Amino acid sequence: MAVYEQTYKRYAGPLTPEWSRFLIIPRHAYRGVFKSKIFTAFFVLCFVPLLIEAILIYLHHNVNALGTMRLQIQELIPIDATFFQFFVNLQGAFAFFVALLVGPPLVSQDLRNNALPLYLCRPFSRTEYVVGKMSVLLILLSTITWIPQLLLFFLQSYLEGFTWFRTNLWLASAIVIGSVVWILLLALISQTVSALVKWRVVASGAILGLFFIPSVFGEFINVVFLTRLGNLVSIAALMKNISSGLFGTFVQTTGSFRIESFDGTVRDIILNEPPLWSSWTVVFGICVVCLAILSRKVKAYEVVK
Amino acid sequence: MALPASAQQELIKDLPVTDPAVIDLLGLSVSFGGRPILQGLRGDLRGKAIGLLGPNGAGKTTLIHTLLGFHEPTAGTAQIFGHDIVDHAKQIKALVGYMPERDSFIAKMSAVHFVRLMGELSGLPPEAALERAHEALFYVGLGEARYRKLQTYSLGMKQLAKLAQAIVHGPKLLFLDEPTNGLDPPARLRMIKLIREIRDSGQAHIVLSSHLLLDVEECCDEILILREGRIAVYCNLEEERKSNRKFLMLETRGDQAKFVSALKELGCEYAITGDHRLKIVLQGGVEVRDLYQLAAREQVQLRRLSYKRDSLEDIFLKAMENGHGSL
Repeated sequence: MAVYEQTYKRYAGPLTPEWSRFLIIPRHAYRGVFKSKIFTAFFVLCFVPLLIEAILIYLHHNVNALGTMRLQIQELIPIDATFFQFFVNLQGAFAFFVALLVGPPLVSQDLRNNALPLYLCRPFSRTEYVVGKMSVLLILLSTITWIPQLLLFFLQSYLEGFTWFRTNLWLASAIVIGSVVWILLLALISQTVSALVKWRVVASGAILGLFFIPSVFGEFINVVFLTRLGNLVSIAALMKNISSGLFGTFVQTTGSFRIESFDGTVRDIILNEPPLWSSWTVVFGICVVCLAILSRKVKAYEVVK
Repeated sequence: MALPASAQQELIKDLPVTDPAVIDLLGLSVSFGGRPILQGLRGDLRGKAIGLLGPNGAGKTTLIHTLLGFHEPTAGTAQIFGHDIVDHAKQIKALVGYMPERDSFIAKMSAVHFVRLMGELSGLPPEAALERAHEALFYVGLGEARYRKLQTYSLGMKQLAKLAQAIVHGPKLLFLDEPTNGLDPPARLRMIKLIREIRDSGQAHIVLSSHLLLDVEECCDEILILREGRIAVYCNLEEERKSNRKFLMLETRGDQAKFVSALKELGCEYAITGDHRLKIVLQGGVEVRDLYQLAAREQVQLRRLSYKRDSLEDIFLKAMENGHGSL
């Protein structure tokens, strides 16, 4: 209808399915996110390690290319669980910086501009709002973590043959679960901080602090008390353990040494990583706390009692 | 001839079922931290435009927020177009539009992008939402400025953009919370005109909350006055005015004493309110025409004759004095 027909009229056309409406938020958010040339450049940079990974997989299966580069296949990194784990962790680091750039303004801008009543006065629930805001990060981070990693896994399977694929199918689940847990944690933490802090710079600082300060504190506990239990307060260490567990490279005992006291007694210290279940429990606990805070903060109006 | 009761019942049965009330308040109570804000509100509001009035802290905004599902009722409930506000919150939200009192925007967006997003969130497909966003912005008078960022808008323009986002999906019921707040006189007139146009289109009911009695008087046909979380008055403005049509204010020239005694003979009550000024109450069977005839007979000029009707201000002040009104 032409715009000059200026009368109030009701809408009688078709409506979009309710389940799909949370995707409206990321669709509109990406317009703003990719307006920044610096961010776009950084996002492109995130694909460089994946390109290297693809080249390495390709080289393993191309004798001509190896010959041209005068390389022996033994000189290349073997393509196994450690290979995929390394690149999954590397992409996880990139994902952290993407979350740091995109996450902080997601909810805080809406809180600062009182936009929540506008969302929630529509057929759009608080859950859909939170899921919508989270999917801004989840979709973005998925494109640089588990989706390309999975494609590379399939590339390797295609080149290596069905037997390799069947034997290493568990690697695919490790790639997906490890990446999804990490990006889910990143999305939840950055959203929670964004809901608590209205200023973008402060929120970015808070997210950095949440990841690095507990790591330093955990390491301090480890050194002072000669233990590895400090890793339970460090998100990076927790994720490292979870990732190792998923890729089958987890080692419980990470070191041992002997110390001699002033009275001459000798003690053997064995450094044991916290059990895997405890790492999973702490990560689960962090997610629950984040959800509880979000449920408290994401409201149309805060009631002052 | 009056029909027997049984026959009347039969007739009522055959009548079509009346539309559900726009808003049906069923003992609605809301408390925050044990402090009652709304206390057992009851009544069905059916007006095309309902003015929500009350002093600060009376519970106007809380009532709107509760109807929109932002706050849970502590007791009772309410229905909008027959849908319960707790059980069918989503269905209700699809039928309503809301213009909040405070500045509410999504940062770094142009008006058309903002209104489009709001349309999509209401369930419109992207193309339809974009088309209606343009239409809504033209309708409210922001057509030329629709590509500008919202943060560059003046206060009046922001109010209009808020109205545009509230109507983009063509709601059946529109909640307007202080729509003329902070507007200069021309902008206020424009807003009032828009509200009246929407009301007169017959396509949407309006609930208008305002401190400005004039705004409500100009736009609304029904008023709900809240006082301390209770309904002080709910009435139809036009009917209220009609009920006061027996009161007349007269201004005369000539022998007022003769005119007054003639009025007494006619059976009218009167009060002399000043030189040549009279306030009279017409008795049954006495029409205004009779007054003109009486004046002609007594050779008194009637310079002014007006109905004394309660202004909204009178109704409001009475409600504030009396407390509970009737429904």
